[in-house]
Amino acid sequence: MLELRGVNAGYGTFQALFDVDLDVRAGEAVGVIGPNGAGKTTLMRVISGLIRPSRGSIRMEAVDVVATPPHKIVSLGIAHVPENRRLFPQLSVDDNLKMGAFMKEARGHYPERLDVVFDLFPRLKERRHQMAGTMSGGEQQMCAIGRALMSNPKLLLLDEPSAGLAPVVVQQVFELVKRIRASGLTVLIVEQNVQQVLRVVDRAYLIEAGTIRSSGTSAEMLASDTVKEAYLGV
Amino acid sequence: MQAFLDIFDIYLLEAVINGILLGGVLALLALGLNLIFGVIDVTWICYAELVMIGMYAMYFLVQYYGISYFLAAPLTILLVALLGAALHYLVIAPLLTAPPINQLLATGGVLFVLQSFATVAFGIDFRNLGIRLPVLAFGDMNFSYARLLSFLAALVGMVAVYLFMTRTFTGTAIRAISQDRQIMALMGVDTKRIYLITSAIGGGLAGLAACLLVLQYDVHPFVGLSFGPITFLICVLGGLGNFIGGFIAAFVFAEIISLGGLFSDLEWGYVLAFAFFIVMMFVRPAGLLARRR
Repeated sequence: MLELRGVNAGYGTFQALFDVDLDVRAGEAVGVIGPNGAGKTTLMRVISGLIRPSRGSIRMEAVDVVATPPHKIVSLGIAHVPENRRLFPQLSVDDNLKMGAFMKEARGHYPERLDVVFDLFPRLKERRHQMAGTMSGGEQQMCAIGRALMSNPKLLLLDEPSAGLAPVVVQQVFELVKRIRASGLTVLIVEQNVQQVLRVVDRAYLIEAGTIRSSGTSAEMLASDTVKEAYLGV
Repeated sequence: MQAFLDIFDIYLLEAVINGILLGGVLALLALGLNLIFGVIDVTWICYAELVMIGMYAMYFLVQYYGISYFLAAPLTILLVALLGAALHYLVIAPLLTAPPINQLLATGGVLFVLQSFATVAFGIDFRNLGIRLPVLAFGDMNFSYARLLSFLAALVGMVAVYLFMTRTFTGTAIRAISQDRQIMALMGVDTKRIYLITSAIGGGLAGLAACLLVLQYDVHPFVGLSFGPITFLICVLGGLGNFIGGFIAAFVFAEIISLGGLFSDLEWGYVLAFAFFIVMMFVRPAGLLARRR
């Protein structure tokens, strides 16, 4: 479904990604793990078009993502839940979700998608008129995921969904990811919480200093010595 | 003594109501400027000059081409809306990432260009529509029909903008864009397009204000000076970019002008209003309602 080949990307003169190859197949959940500053967020941003790669190719179902204007990439079926959620704090939950359905293809299905999202997150329905910025971290994460689902995506990019949340809420978020997976959505998830994420995904990539160090199934990654030593503290 | 008080009360009431009527048009002007500032983060120094061009458009459409007022008004609104979009496209867009002082200087330059253009093209004569609307007598109080009409039209304009901003996808995007510019692309929003639409709405509001002001004031190339500064003061007093603050500040200013005019000359009303503004800048420098962020 998604295919990255030889992707280089960065900010100004700083290069954050070096020659990254990555594949996500339809129906899969794939994790990207690695330390702070390894380039995980940059990887997400380059896929959703927030930054452009300096070299390499990105294809979504054979469509060239790099040649697509950033605001049209969501129409290819890629929805990005950014790091730190990035809700519109002074807009109501309803308006935040509305923004998720902004693109022309999604507007017609707005009421149905709203039902789907409210089914998944009944909490958001209770809070629909509340300012998004006044909700708890967990509720904001629900709203951010809900906003991404409003566009009826094929591929959901989740950037550190557990960051800054209380341990109990982190559990809930990973439960949610499982449910979203079960609904048939393809998921690419970036996480520092390695143990948790490897329980949810089928495969994972380990990224360090902007380079893919290793990849494999969740079981292989859990068994790998590098991952064990560096990230699981075993 | 009692008779004096009775008369005094009726004049006071008349002045208060006239203040409210004036406030409507000022609030409309402030809304346009606030919209541009709140969404694009740019101050259109030349805002009142867009209104001036709109007033000339009304003058020529009505007086020269003999089109009826109510047909000329939508044409003028459309024209100034296009002017607003052009201003954004030609002047603001290339300077979006430039320091604010450059943006101020550029729109300030447009102010002089428009003033000079009007002077060369239309001369410095004072012109008017030649429409004299009746004065409405209500008990012992007199209200100008033009002011009443302007107030109602301004209110309708503001309600229309409110509905657009809250009910439509594009309006919601306009409100969202000022809160997080970077991620708008993730929502499938083309920020350039939203900026252009916002500029057109800001211009359209200036056009509507022009249609209303031309009923009460003569047009000349420097007419912008008579309400441009006060529009800026209202926006700053309400907190730049704060729509509700600007709305309230418009009525506060209008009442000061109107009541000040009651106790002495109209000019003293303006002096009082500006003095009030200076004092308020010390008391509440961030505006009546400090901008919630």
